[in-house]
Amino acid sequence: MTRTLILGGLLSGLVLAMALLSLIWTPYDPAAMAIPDKLQPPDAAHWLGTDHFGRDMASMIMVGARTSIAVALVAVGIGMGLGVPLGLAAAARKGSWLDEVIMRGNDLIFAFPSLVIAILITAVFGPGAINAIIAIGIFNIPVFARVTRGGALPLWERDFILAARVAGKSRTRISAEHILPNVANLLIVQGTIQFSLGILAEAGLSYVGLGAQPPTPSWGRMLADAQTMVSLAPHLALVPGCAIILTVLGLNLMGDGLRDALDPRLRQVRR
Amino acid sequence: MGTYLLRRVLSLVVSLALASVVIFAVVEIAPGDPARFMLGVNAQPDTVAALRAELGLDQGKVARYLAWVGGMLSGDFGTSYTYRTPVAQMVADRLQVSLPLAGYALVLSVLIALPAGIYAAARRGRPGDVAVMGATQLGIAIPNFWFAMMLVLIFAIRLRWFNAGGFAGWDAGLWAGLHALTLPAIALALPQAAILARVMRSALLDVLGEDFMRTARAKGLTRGQALRRHGLRNALIPVLTIIGLQFSFLLAGGIIIEQVFYLPGLGRLIFQAISARDLIVVESVVMLLVFAVIVVNFAVDLAYVAVDPRLRARS
Amino acid sequence: MSLLEIRNLHLTIHGTPVLSGIDLDIAPGEILAVTGESGSGKSMTAFSVMQLLPQGARASGAIRLDGQDLLSLSETQLCDLRGRAMGMVFQEPMTALNPVQSIGQQVMETIRIHDRSADAQAARARAHDVLTRVGLPPERFPLGRYPHELSGGQRQRVVIAMAIALRPRLLIADEPTTALDVTTQAQILELLKRLVAEDGMALMMITHDLAVVADLADHIAVMRNGEVVETGPTRTVLRDQTHPYTRMLFAASRHAVDLPEAPPPVPLLKVTDLRRSYPGARPHPFAPRPRIEAVRGVSFALHRGERLGLVGESGCGKSTLTRAILGLDPVQGGSIHLNGDSITQHVPHALRRQIQVVFQDPFGSFNPRHRVDRLITEPFHLLDDPPKGAARRNAVADALDAVGLKPDDAMRYIHEFSGGQRQRIAIARALIIRPQLIVFDEAVSALDVSVRARILDLIADLCRAHGLTYLFISHDLSVVRSVTDRVLVMQAGQIVEDGATDHVFAAPRHPYTQTLIDAAPVLPDLPALRNETP
Repeated sequence: MTRTLILGGLLSGLVLAMALLSLIWTPYDPAAMAIPDKLQPPDAAHWLGTDHFGRDMASMIMVGARTSIAVALVAVGIGMGLGVPLGLAAAARKGSWLDEVIMRGNDLIFAFPSLVIAILITAVFGPGAINAIIAIGIFNIPVFARVTRGGALPLWERDFILAARVAGKSRTRISAEHILPNVANLLIVQGTIQFSLGILAEAGLSYVGLGAQPPTPSWGRMLADAQTMVSLAPHLALVPGCAIILTVLGLNLMGDGLRDALDPRLRQVRR
Repeated sequence: MGTYLLRRVLSLVVSLALASVVIFAVVEIAPGDPARFMLGVNAQPDTVAALRAELGLDQGKVARYLAWVGGMLSGDFGTSYTYRTPVAQMVADRLQVSLPLAGYALVLSVLIALPAGIYAAARRGRPGDVAVMGATQLGIAIPNFWFAMMLVLIFAIRLRWFNAGGFAGWDAGLWAGLHALTLPAIALALPQAAILARVMRSALLDVLGEDFMRTARAKGLTRGQALRRHGLRNALIPVLTIIGLQFSFLLAGGIIIEQVFYLPGLGRLIFQAISARDLIVVESVVMLLVFAVIVVNFAVDLAYVAVDPRLRARS
Repeated sequence: MSLLEIRNLHLTIHGTPVLSGIDLDIAPGEILAVTGESGSGKSMTAFSVMQLLPQGARASGAIRLDGQDLLSLSETQLCDLRGRAMGMVFQEPMTALNPVQSIGQQVMETIRIHDRSADAQAARARAHDVLTRVGLPPERFPLGRYPHELSGGQRQRVVIAMAIALRPRLLIADEPTTALDVTTQAQILELLKRLVAEDGMALMMITHDLAVVADLADHIAVMRNGEVVETGPTRTVLRDQTHPYTRMLFAASRHAVDLPEAPPPVPLLKVTDLRRSYPGARPHPFAPRPRIEAVRGVSFALHRGERLGLVGESGCGKSTLTRAILGLDPVQGGSIHLNGDSITQHVPHALRRQIQVVFQDPFGSFNPRHRVDRLITEPFHLLDDPPKGAARRNAVADALDAVGLKPDDAMRYIHEFSGGQRQRIAIARALIIRPQLIVFDEAVSALDVSVRARILDLIADLCRAHGLTYLFISHDLSVVRSVTDRVLVMQAGQIVEDGATDHVFAAPRHPYTQTLIDAAPVLPDLPALRNETP
């Protein structure tokens, strides 16, 4: 068992637990302003201090974790839900017009960085958490399609797939029965990576005002609010910044650990 | 080689054409009439109609698409709805900040990442490797705009080595311009450098496992010689791909970093345009960004030819 | 006086013993063949001499080259010896060369790394000479060629050129012809023999192929489980075979199975003027894709109960033909009929169930995530009414029993089985729906000789029990000779010879068949050896 996997799992689990806990309990109402208590550094009453409106930072971080996780999770879901079937289909008919269309389409989406997609969507439909999810999700589709196709192509050349074809099974059935389970490891690892990228992207979009809108608390907007006051109260920037870093770090460590744990080649070497 | 090049050029043109259709279509489905938006709700119908005619909004979709693309090809990006100035001029002014920023950051990223990745690969499993890899884990997890805020806090506000933001323009001299862009470039570059260093390291480690590295050792090359002479160039192929991808991240990331440093670049322009619903500006800037991404990836394809003789098929 | 002396060499990798107490000697101008099955430690012995061992390897004992103990040298001293005093040739020529450097650069590197005084001009001239010596004269193969522009045999010549550029006293060749076709193998072996004679080099040749050994080596060392079990002059070892393992190895190598008599010919499979082509790379983006013809008008018939062989070198189109017969790829012309029904374009389930296949790679033939019972019952998909419950369990047990495995094995995963057992499972999978025809696609090529002999026996047993009809595709002439009644020889997409196996091998009519048979190394006859006066 790898230390990276344990450490990453602990960090990610902590953030997830925080987000879930915020559904039933937070130390304070994250929206409650208390101007007299504004810009308090961390102390016993406010573990992580207060912001410029006197709101409790710890409560905002907890609710913000919920926003981040929700956005990133749904975006990964969109990417997997659409990208994996596309990748499987492209690999099953390598070199066909279907493969060509799917891969060209992927290239096209890749030419639009997620921020650019977000800008385009926002310009047309206005800012909001849903649009941020769509922007990040669209960008995830070609990522998963590529990983799936890349993992599936060598499998299609393997003898056990040929044996399944000699047994009369259709390409669709082989994709579901033989290919998908054998690329699942790759997808799990890529999923954690895209999840962490999603958290970063959500923070960036919220920071420039294209993500979650007030009053929904989000880490990115907390940083945007902190910008003008960072020299007076550095904790305003440090607290959400560290929340993002620890979450992303945890997810990345978990991804690395999972890759090592799931890769049968590495496992054999260690034996 | 001619075939490969021609194929890449064709695919470049097709990608650009498709991207322009997508952008045009998305902006086209935007609700609301730009002319009415510009003139306000109380405008007379005939004033609105006149403005629509002036902006070319009364023509069919296909005609407007062709006019837009044709205009861009001849350097005419249309006229801003809000400022009534040519978009091309506005974009050109902003590019003077955004392009050098992305380029500066890319150079920094490569200069930091490649040596770090090579160092880590050469000392695989030893403390130096562990330290570099730990640093890159952290680097990947840091949001660049937060890092930018920290740089401002430390180097501009506390130490006063740099200005906290703003850009006086290149008229103030090359050195002054670079000085103003240094903190933003570092903020942009470091997280990307962390990714690139990891790619460099794993590409090198992959190559180290190849049969021809063993052949090189059997010839009498030391580990270091084999790494330099046979490992690096082969490892460069995946690294080039990532460098190409990073340029688009840097351009896009620049949009956010410009907000932190109040730089008058494309990012500022695009956010002003969004809040004013100046869709023709949004359309043009997005097209420009996508153009840059596609062209850079094309350049990467060309670089492959230089690195990998297998692509230089003899005729 | 020995050039290379290995004394009591022990090697462990991460604490696991790999070699124990190896003693070997090679004199200048002598060829020592180190042979044995996979896992015997023969390659590790070679890498120990070069001191190019994987991480975590620990060697003790002594390896003396010209009296100098290599185990006591520093890495710098070893680098100086490698390439200059000892060179090495590897198994896989396709990956042994750096793909982004020209062959001239790679040969010149050996020269310049050891001789700092050689300028580019001088190194180029010497590379020119060396490449000419190995049969790649720069007039026809310019120094600026890249590896991907050469064939496997030509690449192996480049690797040899790099190894012998500085006329080392010791050359180590690790399975240098295993990845090559039989005619190319003959040329490379000839080249190695010539170089040894010309330079008075010692050659340590690692090979699993006893026929190659018999042909080439002065001395033999037979290894098993990290130990040398028998060593001596080739003739003596071949004749006496004092160690039982040596005897087993030789017996397995020349193993001939006992096939039952074939029934009178009733046509089963009929292939008529079959053509297979696939699109090649466009010369320019607007050109139509040229078609590369892999199978060019092949016709043959296979009779019920017949055992038909198909031999040919790589690229001759035998795999493409096989895939077409299995219905895996579309055909571009001609027809395939099974029992008179066409299976040329579309294969209905009722006909598909009549043909099953056993592939080459015992490790890639099974989905690692499924248990054996699920793996071997996959063809049940083709049945209209597949057996269920107890009937299915019985069918699995019967199939496993038929190939010499236990019914309990049905619940195990594939990684728990050895290579030979996996091929048995593959045969069970092919047999379970009682097809009329089984295609063996290089089915024993990846196996060690002793395992291979047992699988061939199993095939013969199944012939007796079930009257099997099969198409046996192989590049290995000796195997085809022993398990087929009739043989097809394929060259460049066409069948050049078709006849009874005994006749074709005894008196080949086509010059290509003649070349193949001549090139294949053969074990000398034992009685003939015994009659020789020592």
